[in-house]
Amino acid sequence: MSHSTAIRLDSCAKTFPNGAKALDPMSLTIEGGETLIFLGPSGCGKTTTLRIIAGLESPDSGGKVLFDDEDVTKLPIEHRNVGMVFQSYALFPNMNVQQNIAYGLKIRKVSITDITQRVNEMMEMMHIGELQDRSIDQLSGGQRQRVALARAIAVRPKVLLLDEPLTALDALLRERLRVDIDSLLRSLGITTVYVTHDQAEAMSLGDRIVVMDRGQVAQVGTPREIYFEPQGEFVADFIGTMNRMQGTVTDGRFQTRGGSLPIPHANEGPSNLLFRPENARIVPVAQAPLSGTVASVFFLGDKSRLIISGITDGHITIDAENSETFNPGDPIGLSVDTQHLLFV
Amino acid sequence: MNRNYRFYLQLTFTIVVCAFLIVPVVMSMMAGVTENFIKGISSGITLRWIFEVWDLYRDTIFLSLLIAIACLICTIVLGVPAAYVLAKRQGRVARMIEELLTLPLAIPGLAIALALIISFGGFREFRSSWVFILVGHVIYTLPFMMRSVLAVLSTADFRTLEEGAASLGAGFWRRFFDIVIPNCRTGIIAGSLMVVTLSMGEFNITWMLHTPVTKTLPVGLADSYASMRLEIGSAYTIIFLIMIMPLLIALQHYGKPRSPNTRPVEDDVESPLPSTSGQRP
Repeated sequence: MSHSTAIRLDSCAKTFPNGAKALDPMSLTIEGGETLIFLGPSGCGKTTTLRIIAGLESPDSGGKVLFDDEDVTKLPIEHRNVGMVFQSYALFPNMNVQQNIAYGLKIRKVSITDITQRVNEMMEMMHIGELQDRSIDQLSGGQRQRVALARAIAVRPKVLLLDEPLTALDALLRERLRVDIDSLLRSLGITTVYVTHDQAEAMSLGDRIVVMDRGQVAQVGTPREIYFEPQGEFVADFIGTMNRMQGTVTDGRFQTRGGSLPIPHANEGPSNLLFRPENARIVPVAQAPLSGTVASVFFLGDKSRLIISGITDGHITIDAENSETFNPGDPIGLSVDTQHLLFV
Repeated sequence: MNRNYRFYLQLTFTIVVCAFLIVPVVMSMMAGVTENFIKGISSGITLRWIFEVWDLYRDTIFLSLLIAIACLICTIVLGVPAAYVLAKRQGRVARMIEELLTLPLAIPGLAIALALIISFGGFREFRSSWVFILVGHVIYTLPFMMRSVLAVLSTADFRTLEEGAASLGAGFWRRFFDIVIPNCRTGIIAGSLMVVTLSMGEFNITWMLHTPVTKTLPVGLADSYASMRLEIGSAYTIIFLIMIMPLLIALQHYGKPRSPNTRPVEDDVESPLPSTSGQRP
């Protein structure tokens, strides 16, 4: 496999001309060949960061962008050799599918035979061969998405940048294209930066995830680290479903409204305890360390999601096997193993 | 299909309005091919007057065409880039200029002409050439071209399209000619038809700016109404209508605001890959 470009951001901040601060100084290294995901709610600065890497925005003075060891901070996007896929795809309506894919090659003055060969290769790879003469407004959302990817990859860019590429598609199609994009990225081995607000997308595609919140990096880590060891409340709440219990720790036990749990090595005093729905076990009420009342039940097919009140001030969400049926109003007992509990 | 009296009332109203607009034009055209208008159509039908107009006013027709084409070139070269810059700028100044674009429509043509004469009347060569009239026409029609192009530029997401082209390595001029211009084609066509039509029919400015050797068709028309037989003026009108009609029809066709066809084809989720036959149901 050919060499993949590493990207380095060196204290890149962004303040817009109207004074809005989009990004606090960020330093980050993206390894060659890695797929890095910027994940966060809208307005967290993830797209701004991507646009700084692309060269569509320049960082505030002092910030630097490096591709391998080359400083590209001053280089506009057209000289950075990046491939980019936009949320709205930005396909050219005045060109057909084939011409769209060929455009970058034409600019690079590649010979006609080589262009034809490369375009055919791309269309085959993205399974859009028979769309070559279609105009853009004759394409479905999923097809546009494939054309946009093919166009970005055709020029053999140093890095591939994707800005919410699946957001405009419906759920079923999103899932299928996610699989396609995943195998595509694995086979290309190209350094990829991917922006999304969808945590499922981030989890399944990312080698590493950068969770962002209000212009700052909240956590950088592998999907597993982010999921199992969230640092801070924001990450814990943003990724997956997280239950939160308010209480106090006394004598090695966490006390809350609906009972108590053993907590070794915890600081005494008021604290919050977090756990995920799948980590709670349903136990007979008589022996349960935590007990409450079922508030609502959602049948999900393979399992049921129970919303439980009375354990803490808010609700607790857990998943239950369908072997046992619950109805609103039933008493219920829960236990959570110590290793699945998170302190904040 | 229940056509009650309301329907017929509306139909009658429409027909009356149309007749009010069309009958005078038809009358005038009839006059242009009548042997003697005072005697009426019974005096016989002839093309004599039309040939006479051709002999007398041929030059005005060619000058009008020349000015209209030159005016079109000027408005495209000046108006399209100007509209592009205005569409790209977000600031208040750009919005103000956009508002100012309607100003030449509000100012009487005579005032524009007068302003031109005051400013440039001293340059005799310029003053006595047809280029002087061209300048007046460009000032008058430029806003139409700009607004037409601006309308297209503001509906499509040109910023992202350009960013897409830039990401593929296209510099500014490539982007402008490969992406911006082709995608505002509808606006440029609509604007062009408007500009040519307006320039061909422009009278107010031209009447003030013209010299005996730089007479355009509408000025010649006024001249013939004032000094020739009624039949000649009417025949002249026929020639003018023949020239302007195709433009008006084309304007109707291309000038319509197009519904942006951005709704994508439905995704076929069940069969993941497009069918090999290349046909869609």
